Amino acid sequence: MQKSTETVRDCTVSLLRGGSGPPLLFLHGAGGGGIELPFMTRLAERYDLIAPEHPGFGASDEPDWFDNIHDVAYFYLDFLEHLDLTGVHLAGMSLGGWIAMEVAVRSTARLASLTLVCPAGVHVPGLATGDPFAWSPEETFRQGFHDQEFAKAAIAALPEAVEADDIWLKNRSSFARLAWEPRLHDPHLPKWLHRIDVPTRIVWGDRDNILSAGHAEAIAAMIPGAGVAVVPEAGHFLHIEKADALAAAIGDHAQGA
Amino acid sequence: MKVFFFHLMPYAEVDLDEVRKVGTSWVKLSNRHYDPEKGAMLYERYLNQLERAEALGFDGIGVNEHHQTAYGMMPSPIVMASSLARRTHRVKICILGSALPLRQHPLTLAEEHAMIDTLTRGRLITGFVRGIGAEYHVFGVDPTSSHERFHEAHDLIIRAWTETGPFEFSGKHYKHRYVNTWPRPYQQPHPPVWIPSQGSQETIDFASHPDRRYTYLQTFSPAAAVKKYLDLYRVRAQEYGYIANDSQLGWAVPIYVGETDESAVAEAKPHFENFRNCFARMPIEFLLPPGYTSRASMKRIAVAKKAMFGDLAIEPAMEMGMMVCGSAATVRDRLIDYYGDMGFGNLIALLQFGTLPAELTDANMDRFASGVMPALQALGERPVEQRRVA
Repeated sequence: MQKSTETVRDCTVSLLRGGSGPPLLFLHGAGGGGIELPFMTRLAERYDLIAPEHPGFGASDEPDWFDNIHDVAYFYLDFLEHLDLTGVHLAGMSLGGWIAMEVAVRSTARLASLTLVCPAGVHVPGLATGDPFAWSPEETFRQGFHDQEFAKAAIAALPEAVEADDIWLKNRSSFARLAWEPRLHDPHLPKWLHRIDVPTRIVWGDRDNILSAGHAEAIAAMIPGAGVAVVPEAGHFLHIEKADALAAAIGDHAQGA
Repeated sequence: MKVFFFHLMPYAEVDLDEVRKVGTSWVKLSNRHYDPEKGAMLYERYLNQLERAEALGFDGIGVNEHHQTAYGMMPSPIVMASSLARRTHRVKICILGSALPLRQHPLTLAEEHAMIDTLTRGRLITGFVRGIGAEYHVFGVDPTSSHERFHEAHDLIIRAWTETGPFEFSGKHYKHRYVNTWPRPYQQPHPPVWIPSQGSQETIDFASHPDRRYTYLQTFSPAAAVKKYLDLYRVRAQEYGYIANDSQLGWAVPIYVGETDESAVAEAKPHFENFRNCFARMPIEFLLPPGYTSRASMKRIAVAKKAMFGDLAIEPAMEMGMMVCGSAATVRDRLIDYYGDMGFGNLIALLQFGTLPAELTDANMDRFASGVMPALQALGERPVEQRRVA
């Protein structure tokens, strides 16, 4: 995939783009984007994969208007218009899944399908959630992965003071801006999820310690016709620990849509 | 110099082993470890100490605000200041401070402070702070908006105190169709405003501005850092075109006065170390939530993490001037030396810290008040040549 930038009105975002086929827009989670992960390489075999870094994240701008999740949703509607894309398969993971829902309740005019990978955004009373804002980077990896070998490898790869890394600070600050209060959700989102009228699949790891797997059925019940695919033996970071299964879950849903 | 008796009101009866196990006394330490009977006993003891400070000749007494922690049992300094307002008659009552951004409606704070100022007939010294990082977890206030909310709430409160209403205030975070506060403050145009800080250029720029000239307090820092930040204030004042008075600067520091240097250290040691290494301890995710302070400051602290988050014994703390401890003569000479070097016109003495029990606190207060304080109170504003920074 190739790195490039796009400027939409006053905001320049960095993106990875590659592959051929119908357009598939992937929205990253709170940890950030900007790196081609194996699941993305797999998706690029079947799709024109577009993976931007959100405003406020990575190498993208931090625009003045960046106040809440709705601002990001409207940005992506502008982004699709700017690239003049139609028939877009929209997929998002965690924070990105939340943004994808916020986009889709506003307009599905340019969308062909929606895949939500353990999305944040919906508070379901009684279901367990973790608090990544209370965790160290090491604890976040331990909680995020089901397979602790992945956690160990990720911790071993951390720089000595990751809390002093510019991109880490920027991503975390933007994540807080969007998700600190209310924690990881928009209380108004469930009222409008019925508006999503494109084929929707919800993918969840059955061992997710950040947003427990019970969220999948709860959210599916709010989106007409949405299906659920549970990935066994997977935590929240299934984009890394279950790369092939995730690429298949997104790719097959989009293809069947 | 003006000398103030400041209290944090720690829950000194806390199970320290439990604090060590949880890793912090903030937010995550369950309040099942709080006993209402012991809490009532501690409140009574601490309020008695604050009231006695007036009889001992202190210029003022101080309280502050912390939430969901054994570090300090004053989620509302307003309640403590109100209680003290009717039981004291001469001393200044300092709220050091109220956490502006944590309030949903900071106008309530303008009202409460004006009430205390009125019922003490002008003995209130107001303090404004942002609240520490952990408290952004408590109230769900987005920490990335902390500075904006602080400045907006400050402007709202000062305008509510100085402009007659009703007027409209329309900010990004606070919006009021009607601002028309009753009562208005007793002191005109408003009570003195102090800004306690752990040290930041942004805060110093704000406090020292000629429109404000707020008293800046450096809290619980090594003496070298205190000097650095107080000098930064003076430099900034000069850049603004005036020479800062000593009364615009203050230092908040734990102090323990014993019979001898040796007995002082022996008596204070476990209680100071509990204060520093148990009560004040919190992980970096709680101290510095995302966006709470500038990224440059975040980076500096993250790099210094090891030193900041490790244990500290009383001896190196005394060496660094984070704690002043010794016989009355030693403490007096040390503080006069520091004063000559730094020129703080206000000393905020923390004479109870951590688990320091009642009898040691009382003895500390007596020795400090008789053997240290008079010499400090005799120190006047230094001449202008000494207050100018080269």
